[in-house]
Amino acid sequence: MNAVIVATDHVNVAQNVGFGIIAAAMIFAALNVVTTKNVVHAALWLVVVLGGVAAQYILAAAEFVAISQVLVYIGAVMVLFLFGIMLTRAQIGKEAGLNNTGWALGIPVGLALFGLLAWVILDAFGDDLLPDRGPAPTVALSDQFLGIYLIPFLAISFVLLAAAIGAIVLARKD
Amino acid sequence: MLAVNFLLLAAALFAIGVYGVIARRNAVMVLMSIELILNAVSLNLVAFSLMTGAIDGQVFALYVIAIAAAEVGVGLAMVLMIYRNRRTIALDELSEMKG
Repeated sequence: MNAVIVATDHVNVAQNVGFGIIAAAMIFAALNVVTTKNVVHAALWLVVVLGGVAAQYILAAAEFVAISQVLVYIGAVMVLFLFGIMLTRAQIGKEAGLNNTGWALGIPVGLALFGLLAWVILDAFGDDLLPDRGPAPTVALSDQFLGIYLIPFLAISFVLLAAAIGAIVLARKD
Repeated sequence: MLAVNFLLLAAALFAIGVYGVIARRNAVMVLMSIELILNAVSLNLVAFSLMTGAIDGQVFALYVIAIAAAEVGVGLAMVLMIYRNRRTIALDELSEMKG
């Protein structure tokens, strides 16, 4: 962890402070998502995490991805989640039995996974600096999408269409 | 700004998401934990895109967002169907296919 705490010469202080505040809020909200006893509160804490991810994208100079994140996740996916919670008649207020009987097994698994990932990341990228680049131009992104990634782009259109039709077929009442 | 900042944050989100998938019994909550995992991966992709200067990482992050939208739509439709047939979405009660 030394590499994270010790400041180097080229550190942009404002960027680091902003990153730290947003990251702390995101971790706190993510822990609340997986531990709260109230399904609706979990969905609302998830909004904080997703908004934090969008803010981190802006810090990482990826403005188009950040806007897509806000539109798709906070705008569309969260509404789907709230509808799903509503239609499965979650209790208003605290609810017992949201966790498995063996839920405590998840703690060592999560901690071991984080420890392993952190070790590998610090070993491989311990003191790599992110260069100060300006925001990535959206034109470059669209050139990629309509250039070498055209076939995957068309494929994902079919995936979305198939998912929409499949969701209607699954959810409608016969 | 150090690259490990983003990578460690993504690793923490990923681990929290995995804990949620293991610990939660409610199917909607498991889907929410999967969203945490997918977001951790996209954060990594964008950080690597910034590190190398190639924009492909952002393209992949957008693909992940699109796939996540499709996954949530189908997943919630399946949860609704299970709820309509069984009146419960507790994952440990769906065990007919157990050998």
